[in-house]
Amino acid sequence: MTVIDLESYEDALATYDPVMGLEVHVELGTRTKMFCGCSTELKQDANSQTCPVCLGLPGALPVVNEIGVESAIKIGLALNCEIAEWCRFARKNYFYPDMPKNFQTSQYDEPIAFDGYLDVQLEDGEIFRVQIERAHMEEDTGKSTHVGGATGRIHGASHSLLDYNRAGIPLIEIVTKPIEGAGARAPEVAKAYVAELRELIKALGVSEARMEMGQMRCDVNLSLRPNGTETFGTRSETKNVNSLRSVERAARFEIQRHAAVLNSGGTIVQETRHFHEEDGSTTAGRIKDNAEDYRYFPEPDLVPVAPSRDWVEELRKGLPELPRLRRKRLKEEWGVNEHDMQSILNAGAVDLIVATTDAGAPSDQARKWWMGELARNANETGRSLDELPVTPAQVARVAELVAAGDLNDKLARQVLEGVLAGEGDPDTVVEKRGLKVVSDEGALGTAVDEAIAANAAIADKIRGGKVAAAGALVGAVMKATRGQADAARVRELILEKLGVEG
Amino acid sequence: MPGITREEVAHLARLARLELKGEELEHFAGQLDDIIGAVARVSEVADQDVPPTSHPLPLTNVMRADEVRPSLTPEQALSGAPAQEQQRFKVPQILGED
Repeated sequence: MTVIDLESYEDALATYDPVMGLEVHVELGTRTKMFCGCSTELKQDANSQTCPVCLGLPGALPVVNEIGVESAIKIGLALNCEIAEWCRFARKNYFYPDMPKNFQTSQYDEPIAFDGYLDVQLEDGEIFRVQIERAHMEEDTGKSTHVGGATGRIHGASHSLLDYNRAGIPLIEIVTKPIEGAGARAPEVAKAYVAELRELIKALGVSEARMEMGQMRCDVNLSLRPNGTETFGTRSETKNVNSLRSVERAARFEIQRHAAVLNSGGTIVQETRHFHEEDGSTTAGRIKDNAEDYRYFPEPDLVPVAPSRDWVEELRKGLPELPRLRRKRLKEEWGVNEHDMQSILNAGAVDLIVATTDAGAPSDQARKWWMGELARNANETGRSLDELPVTPAQVARVAELVAAGDLNDKLARQVLEGVLAGEGDPDTVVEKRGLKVVSDEGALGTAVDEAIAANAAIADKIRGGKVAAAGALVGAVMKATRGQADAARVRELILEKLGVEG
Repeated sequence: MPGITREEVAHLARLARLELKGEELEHFAGQLDDIIGAVARVSEVADQDVPPTSHPLPLTNVMRADEVRPSLTPEQALSGAPAQEQQRFKVPQILGED
């Protein structure tokens, strides 16, 4: 294991200007593969979703998936791209067993979408415009398992096993133009871009874009040039950086590594690099020399795609509100600050909160439950919020019961706990667990009298004007009623009985 | 029209993972040269205003609805595999020792 020299980040930036290129692959959420009718469902039995087309058997003829093309156009439009009037698929020839055809069907010099941009918002609110070179259609590869090596890695493996269920799943590759002028914020820009792109893809409904499931993967290309110069330096290509945090770390690491190499008088080798999640480092992969020759040529088995302008305009009209603008609107509607909005976004709670308010809950209540009790439960059980077995409508119902005074917060938490445990909807849980605020004034009055009698000293203080001491008696009543009382009403009763003005 | 060189054939053979002997490189260089020469005559006929043809039929937008069709069973899919293991295609070592 060779130790990689790193320059300090500050020193690297004092001398060099980073230039980045980001390539993002998005697996579309279509029901079927790009060129055949095999299902795209994940986690199925190995090689149970293949056919002569995606296995590349002789004589098989591919036909493009209409939704695949439509999704590509939607992505292109949302990225402010031009949509090609006519474009073709191309064969990218290479020998590697992850594609049984020995080529990947892709697009070469005629991408379906090109020349666009995406505005991304940095943490301090600054908007940075990332120019988009192209977005093109292609297909995913099969999954390799390397056997016989020490750690399942390809190095040292005796042989490999291939599952082609994933081969042929539609991919859209989105490529930026060189990102210049970000300076020290380059890693932050990279992360913000991928985050915004992910939100956009989700908003378009073309993919769930779950990075942890490989539905969205990022390659980070990075080079350094001396400050004040124009010519790009030699780049490295860090492949398969698969979380937002990793995108930022990979860019940062490469800046520090390049700077150390350049400062010591060395030269950067154009190569692919592997990112290591454990320590945020990258290590050398394949050297990209001129021998790389994919012999692209137009795919003769697929006819050109020529999206009519009517279709393109119809799709443009159906585009959703851009995520960045929607967040801005919601932030204002909800009256939250940038930091809280970011937390809500990071928790994946935006849509859930919107759905909960749509179901009738006030936004502060919707936020409170999703970002409080439910976020805690999701965190503890290692699930995302939308995987919890509770619906926005149920959360809205809980909020409604609280607003009506039927539940207090403590009881509401127990109701949600019951819903999460599969005990039924909120009303059923309330019924089954007997969770109702004690509003029987007689019973509550008795509990208050008992609390006063048992805490004579405190009661005297309150009579003497120390209203703040009432908290202790409220606590005693709440304890006696096992939390099933309305704390505000209890306090009123205590002060009333002791003849003090609240 | 410059001839196809032995080096170009060697490069193509490497890309296509074909192992060719010295005399085969010579032999195919000559043959490829003849083939390309024959195809090149097309460009003598086609003028600048004739776009290259990639598809013989003037069709566009042949698309398929996004509807699942039955796949092969894993047994059928693997029936032509020279080797298999764990219901997967078994392929030889990908990377040599380096």
